[in-house]
Order: sequence, then structure tokens, then C-alpha cells
Amino acid sequence: MAGINTMIDEGRTQDDVAPLTAVEMPRQESIDENYETVGSPLLHNPLVKTRNVNVFYAEKQAIFNVNLDIAKNEVIAMIGPSGCGKSTFLRCLNRMNDTIDTCRVQGDIVLEGQDIYDRSVDAVELRARVGIVFQKPNPFPKSVYENVAYGPRIHGLVNRKSDLDDIVEDSLKRAGLWEEVKDELEGSGTGLSGGQQQRLCIARTIAVSPDIILMDEPCSALDPIATAKIEELIAELRENYTIAIVTHNMQQAARVSSRTAYFHLGKLIEVGETEIVFTRPVHPLTEAYITGRFG
Amino acid sequence: MNASTLVLVLIAITVASYYGGVMRSQALARPLGGIKHLSALPSYYGFMAVTWAVIPALILLLVWTIYEASVISNMVIALLPSETASLSEGELGLLYSRIANVASGIMQWDTLGEAYRPAVERMIELQTFTARYKPILVISLAVVGALIALKMVSAQWNVRYPVERIFNILLFLCSGIAVLITVGIVFSVVFESLRFFGEISFFDFVFGTQWSPQIAIRADQVGASGAFGVIPLLVGTMLISIIAMFVAVPVGLMSAIYLSEYASVQVRNIVKPLLEILAGIPTIVYGFFAAITVAPAIRAAGEGVGLEVASESALAAGLVMGVMIIPFVSSLSDDVINAVPNSLRDGSYGLGATQSETIRKVIIPAALPGIVGGVLLAVSRAIGETMIVVMAAGSMANLTVNPLEAVTTVTVQIVTLLVGDQEFDNAKTLAAFALGLMLFVITLGLNFIALYVVKKYREQYD
Ligand SMILES: Nc1ncnc2c1ncn2[C@@H]1O[C@H](COP(=O)(O)OP(=O)(O)OP(=O)(O)O)[C@@H](O)[C@H]1O
Ligand SMILES: [Mg+2]
Repeated sequence: MAGINTMIDEGRTQDDVAPLTAVEMPRQESIDENYETVGSPLLHNPLVKTRNVNVFYAEKQAIFNVNLDIAKNEVIAMIGPSGCGKSTFLRCLNRMNDTIDTCRVQGDIVLEGQDIYDRSVDAVELRARVGIVFQKPNPFPKSVYENVAYGPRIHGLVNRKSDLDDIVEDSLKRAGLWEEVKDELEGSGTGLSGGQQQRLCIARTIAVSPDIILMDEPCSALDPIATAKIEELIAELRENYTIAIVTHNMQQAARVSSRTAYFHLGKLIEVGETEIVFTRPVHPLTEAYITGRFG
Repeated sequence: MNASTLVLVLIAITVASYYGGVMRSQALARPLGGIKHLSALPSYYGFMAVTWAVIPALILLLVWTIYEASVISNMVIALLPSETASLSEGELGLLYSRIANVASGIMQWDTLGEAYRPAVERMIELQTFTARYKPILVISLAVVGALIALKMVSAQWNVRYPVERIFNILLFLCSGIAVLITVGIVFSVVFESLRFFGEISFFDFVFGTQWSPQIAIRADQVGASGAFGVIPLLVGTMLISIIAMFVAVPVGLMSAIYLSEYASVQVRNIVKPLLEILAGIPTIVYGFFAAITVAPAIRAAGEGVGLEVASESALAAGLVMGVMIIPFVSSLSDDVINAVPNSLRDGSYGLGATQSETIRKVIIPAALPGIVGGVLLAVSRAIGETMIVVMAAGSMANLTVNPLEAVTTVTVQIVTLLVGDQEFDNAKTLAAFALGLMLFVITLGLNFIALYVVKKYREQYD
């Protein structure tokens, strides 16, 4: 990890020393509809397989022909300039886009051999398998306990109160929040601090035992200490879960992820091992972005 | 000069002094190099001139008009012959109005004795004086005020502060009027109620179970003591309100849920205004509907299954009132449901909840305090509603909770007590004020609770 950070820092330093060095700016015309993602977007035996995904908001296309595989138990970071479609793509993975009337998704998204946009698939069940944590913590205005118990209750995962108690405790422990709230489980979830609220939202997601957790900029509303806690948590969660995380913080992407996908204007430009993307990016757009030249 | 001409002249002076102020300040500013060298914008000088012209003139006009009558009558009465000193107040009043009539030429001289001639002449003289000098003085004061203000206009004179201050005071006075009127109404109701409680004991009123005020009109009537127990009225009011809420709350709430969560934009854009039209229908029309359509229908239906239904029933009034209140409940609930942040919906969907689970377990609980507030406001509306009940529920003060019988409500009784030509000196008419006061206290209490609840709810997402 340290290696990556120093490499990024070196990149920066070079920039500072020779600011006038002519850099060949990436020409945007060079990525047309038939672009090819560079790096290694496809994997053997992936958990999630996306092929030729196009997403439209009414007439406007937000995602262009994305092919990306996600392996079991990996943490994949999605980075890219604002508005490039990271959230849109992430929300395709558990069909959260269904809640937006104008949104249309084309292409195949296959989870363990099952096309999740198939008619026979129930989006409600899918979302229990593919949980999502949002940018802004959004605990329900209920008690801490009820927030975590919400998912298990609606899915009928437990019959006995004691089992529910166990799930709540276990989820809060895994989310690293138990020690802080164990005495006030009946306190309001909205009364917690921002970082605690976000961990509560993660606990809430874990409580329905999903296979995959999607995180859309989970730390952008948090201070550095709360962020560090969430990052620690992600490092622990990767043992049991597959995580896709959108982030604007490249240090964070470098710290928590094993693979990184770079999006640009709705296109998936480059995918690869995080170390490689951050140290030896192949595509000039990726390089421009991670060296901070735009974005 | 009559009053309307005076007002027109004052308006003309107002306009003229405004433009005078504006133009004079602009003229002053020109040699200095533009209005930025004035200490306030030209319009401020205009407003200042208006203030100087109008305020003193209006105060004079007001004071003069208020004291005119009493000053004249004092001076006239002083000139009456000495034997009138023994007259009672009422007789003196009659005499004075005869003098006034003679003075204005409505009655002939010969209806009064020669002894009254000085008084009458004095009166004519005084009236001519006011008629002539009041307008002249008022207008001159206005003109002088305007001129002084225009004279005072200078680049250094900072009128911004005083003008802002005047606006401030003006606005304060306007809101003060509203408050004063409210307080006045409350006090008049309270005082009349106190007179009522002087005759009927407070406990008989609040805890009495019999209401028959109609036999207490004349002291010599048979069975002169009326019964003023308010319980039957309260029970009737509550019965009808509860029936109304049974209609309005489920229908209103569910239509709000449908409109805000399920309906497409097009449906919403059509249905929502249609629902709100319900609130715009005059209550008297609902009254017709209740009396002519609903009550007979209920009666027929009741007879069909062998139930005895009065032709005027609490059920008919309550059902129609419920329909009337639907838009209240639905639009208030719709507002609070829409105020539930979308992030909560996303959070619930993201955990794999269905739409109805999300609505039942997240949205409604989150919006509940607001919905309760809306419902309480609707209840206080139902309690105060009169027309529908007058027409459909009757005015029989039955103490019953059977919705198929005729009942009466507080508002209906107020109407019945006050219909016709009544003196406000007996328990019967004064009872209306006591009822009004009670109604006021109840609805005020409900509104307070409702606003408190709604406010608490607002804080939740701030
Ligand atoms: N609900 C929506 N309706 C219409 N267009 C949308 C909607 N949501 C996103 N878009 C458009 O889709 C494109 C991609 O948006 P998206 O939110 O996926 O970007 P993002 O990469 O997540 O950006 P950010 O980093 O700022 O969150 C943008 O151009 C945006 O304007
Ligand atoms: Mg986003």
C-alpha cells in the first residue's frame, strides 16, 4: 500500500517540478461508441458479469457499452470525474435504477448465472442479495435496534425475538458500532453522529446477509476519523462480502480496493489491479485523472 | 365640502407631495452630480413628504370627527332652559334628537317651544362651522406639512432611517389591528359568557345532561326554568365528528398515499386538483346533499334491514361532513408524505423492501406526526362546521350515541338560539356566547396540539 501512495506522490512531485512540460492532453474524440476498455475488465469465473450495458435517462445516455466482471470477495473501486456515471452503473447492479421512472437499462447483468434484469427475477429479492449503502447516511427515524432489525423482519429471516437480537448484535459488531451503541439500542438512529449513522446503515445492510455490498461514496459526508473507521470496516468486510465502492478519494480507492475501474463520460476506460492502475495506468485519460490533471 | 371630496383632495395632495419630494430631491442632486450624492434615494424623499402631509392631517381629521358630536351636544345642552335639568337621561336624549332634527330642518320649529330657540340656533351655528372649517383646516394642514417637508429636502437630510421606521410602524399597526380584533372578539365572548354564568351555574352548564333553552324566554311562562346542560350538545358534536373522521381519515390518507407514492405524474396532476375542489364546495351545498340525498338514502337502507332511522340522523350529517373534510386530510397528508426524504425510500428499497412495506414501515411512521397534526386540524374544522349539521342532523338535543338518531351540535344550537329578534339580556341568548366560548376553547386547544405536533415533525429532518 505504502508503495502505491509514494508512487502517486512521486507523480505529483514531477508535475510540480516541471509544470510547463507539454503533456499530450487526451483527445476526447478518441473514445467513440466502439471503444475498448483497456486493462483487465473480464475475469474467469466472476460473481457478477456485465456485458454491453447501456443506460439511458429518458433520451440521454449515461452509460455506454460497459463490460465489467466482479470476482467473489474482491473490493472493486469505481473512480472517475463527477457525472461520469459511476453511481448509475452501481445502481444497475441491484436494480435501484428501477425506482427512477425515466431510467432504462440495456444489456446483460448476470449474477451467478442469473440475468438480474430477467422478467423472472424479483428486484426485491435481488436487493436482499445485493445491498447498497448510500453517499449520505440515511438511517430510518426509528431506534438503532429497529434500523438494523428492519431488513431481517421484512424478509422473515427470524421467528424468535432472541434470534433477531442476535442478528442485530452481530451486524452492529461487524459494522464496528456495537461498542458505541450497545447501551442505547432504543435511542434514535437519527440521533447518532454522521459516521455512526453511516456505520449503522452498513450494519443495516449486513443484517440481511447480502452477497454483495454496493457503496456509493460512503465516506463523502464524513470527517477523516469516521472515514478511517469505515475504511477499516471495509478491510474486514472483504473477507465475507464482495464490495463495489464508488469514491472520489483516490487515496481511499488505493487503500481499500484490490481492483479499480476508471469511468469517463459514461464509458469504462480502464480496469486493472489497483496497484497497476495507480502506478502504471495504460490509458492517457486514466493517467490524467489519477495524476490530478482533471476531474 | 363633503367627506368623499375631502378624501379625494387628500389623495391628490398625497400624490403631489410624493412627486414633489422625488422631483425636488432629483433637482437638488443634479448640480451635485447625480442621485448618488443624496443621502437617500429620491423615492424616500417622496415618502417622507407624503408622511409629513398626510399623518398630521389624518390625525386632525380623526380627532375632530371623534369629538365633534360630544362637543356640540355639550354646548347645545348648556343652552337649554333650566327646567330641563330635571329630565332623566332618556328624556334628555329624546329632546336632544328633536333639537337636532329641527336644526337640520327635518322637523318644523313649532314642534319645539320658543324656549329652545337659542339651543337650536347654537346647534345650526356649530354645524355650519364644522362643515366649513373642518375640511379647510385638514387640507391646509396637509399642504403645510407637504411644503415643510419639501423645504427640508436636502442632500444631507438622511430620510432613509425615518422612512424605514415609518414602514415598520405601519406594518406593526396593521398586524396590531388583527390581534386587537381577535382579542376584542374573545373578550366580548368572554364577558357575555360571564353574564350567562351569572344566571346559570357553571357546573350546571358543563355537566348538565339536559338542554332545553327554549322554555326560558319569559319569566311568567309555564316551566320557566330552562335547562342548559351542554353534555348532549357535546356528545352530538363528538358523534358527528367521529363519524366524519371515520370517513375522512381512511379515504383521505389512502388517497394521499396513492397520489404521492403510486400515481403517475399525469394522474396526480388531474386527481389532486379534483380532490381539492371538494374543499371549495360551499358547505351549504353539502348541506343540501346531506338532507336531500344522503339522509333519505340512509333511512331507506335502514328500513330495508328493519332498523329505525330518524329522517335527520347523525350518520347522514357525519358521512357528508367526512366527505367535505377528505381534501383537508389528503392534502395535508400528501404534503407530509412528500416531505419524507427520498433517501429513506431508497434506504428501504435498498434493503429489499417492497413498495407497500416501504410505505407501511418507513414512510407512514416517519410522516405520522404530520399526519396526526393534519387530522387534528381536520377535527377542529369538523367541530366548528355548522351548515351541514343544521340541515342534516336536526336540532333535537338528544343525549345518545346512536348514529341513527337525530342529534344536535354546539354550532347548531348557537344558530337556533340567535335566530330571530332577540334581546341580549336573558339566559337563552347569552347561552350562545357560552357555547361559542366553549367551542373556541376546544378548537383552540386542538389547533395548539396540532401545530405543536406538526412543528415537532418539521424539526425531525432539519
Ligand atoms: N435521475 C436522473 N435523471 C436524469 N439524469 C440523471 C439522473 N441521475 C443521473 N443522471 C445523469 O446521468 C449521468 C451520470 O450520473 P451519475 O449520478 O451516475 O454520475 P456519478 O459518476 O455518480 O457522478 P458523481 O461523482 O457526481 O456522483 C449524469 O450526466 C447525470 O446528469
Ligand atoms: Mg454519484
